[in-house]
Amino acid sequence: MERWQRVMERTGNAPPDDLPVAMVAEGPHGPVIYDTNRAARLAGVRPGARVTDTKAVLPDLRIEYADIVGDRHAMERLVFWGRRWCPWSVQDGAHGLVLDTTGSDHLWGGEATMLADMEAAFSTLGLTAQIALAPTWGAAWALARYGTARNICPEGQIAQTVAGLPTDALRLNSQTVLLLRRLGLKTIGALADVPRLSLTRRFVKAKLNDNPVLRLDQLIGQTAEPVSSPDATPQFRAYMRLPEPIMDPTPFMSDLCRDLCDQMEEQGYGCRRLFLTVYHTDGEIHRIEAAMSVHSRDPDHLLYLFRDKLDKINPGYGFDLITLDAAQTEQMQVVQTRLDGDADETVHLSRLVDRLTARFGARAVTKPKLRESHVPERAQGWIFAMATPLEDAQKVAPDRPIRLLYSPEEVRVLYAVPKGPPVQFIWRRQTHQVTRYAGPERIAPEWWHDKPGTRLRDYFKVEDHAGRRFWLYREGLHGDGRGGDPRWFVHGMFA
Amino acid sequence: MSYLSASKRLSSQTRLNLRSIGAQKVLSDVFAQTAADAAAVGFVLAHLPRDTGTVLWAQDRLSEKEAGQPYMAGIGAERSLLRVNVSRPSDVLVAMEDALRCKGMTAVIGEIWGDPPSLDFTATKRLALRAEANGVPCWLIRRAGSPNLSAARNRWRIGSLPSVAHPHDAQAPGDPRWQVELFRSRYAQPGTWVAQYDRASDRLDFSAPRLDGAVAARDGADRQRTP
Repeated sequence: MERWQRVMERTGNAPPDDLPVAMVAEGPHGPVIYDTNRAARLAGVRPGARVTDTKAVLPDLRIEYADIVGDRHAMERLVFWGRRWCPWSVQDGAHGLVLDTTGSDHLWGGEATMLADMEAAFSTLGLTAQIALAPTWGAAWALARYGTARNICPEGQIAQTVAGLPTDALRLNSQTVLLLRRLGLKTIGALADVPRLSLTRRFVKAKLNDNPVLRLDQLIGQTAEPVSSPDATPQFRAYMRLPEPIMDPTPFMSDLCRDLCDQMEEQGYGCRRLFLTVYHTDGEIHRIEAAMSVHSRDPDHLLYLFRDKLDKINPGYGFDLITLDAAQTEQMQVVQTRLDGDADETVHLSRLVDRLTARFGARAVTKPKLRESHVPERAQGWIFAMATPLEDAQKVAPDRPIRLLYSPEEVRVLYAVPKGPPVQFIWRRQTHQVTRYAGPERIAPEWWHDKPGTRLRDYFKVEDHAGRRFWLYREGLHGDGRGGDPRWFVHGMFA
Repeated sequence: MSYLSASKRLSSQTRLNLRSIGAQKVLSDVFAQTAADAAAVGFVLAHLPRDTGTVLWAQDRLSEKEAGQPYMAGIGAERSLLRVNVSRPSDVLVAMEDALRCKGMTAVIGEIWGDPPSLDFTATKRLALRAEANGVPCWLIRRAGSPNLSAARNRWRIGSLPSVAHPHDAQAPGDPRWQVELFRSRYAQPGTWVAQYDRASDRLDFSAPRLDGAVAARDGADRQRTP
């Protein structure tokens, strides 16, 4: 919500504060409310409610679609952003961030000052943060969500500090929380007072999310819950500062590529995307992109991908800084598959795909993708050869042609019986006498794809007097109520 | 009688040859007798192994519009295909040449419409040398073109013939049969044959054309070729 608000403010069309706005996400039965702003919250809009119901209650509610994937990426970036206070940080759930500040609070002048600094930094980002500090993960989780603002729980007083919080603060499932409430255990303190033996007996087989005993242990600190902090992906960049502005980056490209590949090799990474940026002397920036189908760090290969693209740079008054950035980096291992040390055939193939794509564009280099459909043109799609292969639909088709026309071409036919095969057809101004035929094979329209009124097709494999074999179809039947007389088309050719 | 035995001798002699010619890893030209006939494509596909490796298939725009695109349900879904469709014939040649440099290729197939100026002797020579250097069979399917100067090692002209009788249905067309003319070859004597492709066993059989006196309007060219 706040991320969206900030984006709208930046583009200058943020709604006023008193206008209720709700972010919605697709639910199993239509859109549901995902998050709301303050005005909507005050008007009684709750997350999880149906949008249609809410609109009936509050007609002037503004609806925006939530960018959940974007939120997730933003959270991932926020994890590394949080490393400014301490070296260990990890994401906790969809909206939580856990920082292990052990031994780093004195750098910020004490715990309270550090929390104030955190809150200020988050508000600079336009985000509201509920922050709490506690000796254990569980206690910090509980205090941040259910405690007072900037709560600091001293060492050894966890039990007293969290005793007044509701049992929701134990990171349990809603069913377990409801169960505890029905048992009369409304606060963590009340739960902790129950004899441990009876609690353990009651929840002996429960998983961690359903088990108040384990969660209580984590909260108090009797069970360790370490922060396993992910490593940040390294950034790879090679750049070249030039003493004089130049017009053509070609002589520097091989050095840049080698430098970048050396950097990646040192850390064991490969990249799938490359950006070459040139900074003009008059302040303009020009960027060229190259992509690869598999991760690579071969300087010659990277250089080849830029070969034809360097001409596209408009040099203007020249440029004096060139950078080469690697994106979509991933760890890759050098594998020797053959004894003679030569590369695998698949490597050659992926490089060929890269070269062809760099030359002709991604649209021109494709590979077939079989889909589960009986309609011939739908059964085969073409996907970019750069794309990662997906599972093909496994299907044994009956007799199918080896060529399919780009679009079916209409023919004029003579037939003996309306439902039978043609005796003669005229295609591309040539008359073909049908000598033999097989069929019909009826392919009904797919109602879940086609628009209403689509006619069925009866396919015939016919052979003409010269021995050429075609795949004809008749669209529709006489009197099927979906248009006039059926039309005939040529759709493919057999070997 | 002697005429028949001569043709029989010829056919038995060349049967072995023809199979090995098709399997050679060189540049071959295939001319389709009529533009919208899939016989040439079928003939090329009959020479490719069924399930190993990747085939690069480059088409120019006119070939795709006029003669359609490869359809995997008929070709065999187990084949791995990399398709390049570009608008200019010269780009087809560039893509083919690049693919011939690649080691993992089973075959490289190009389709070119008409007689573009870029498809000259030099271009075909480049393809032929690269195919031989790397050991990748290269097929150039030509439609609506004239067989002018080319460095292709084998040059075929393929047309359709009425198919073999269907084993279960007298009305239906059966396995394909093609009229195959090898009109220029570095490795064999030129000639005309009937090729029959058995789809079930993936087997291509060549036989001498039927020489009925009434049908064959020939000047004895077959006899001249006998050693």
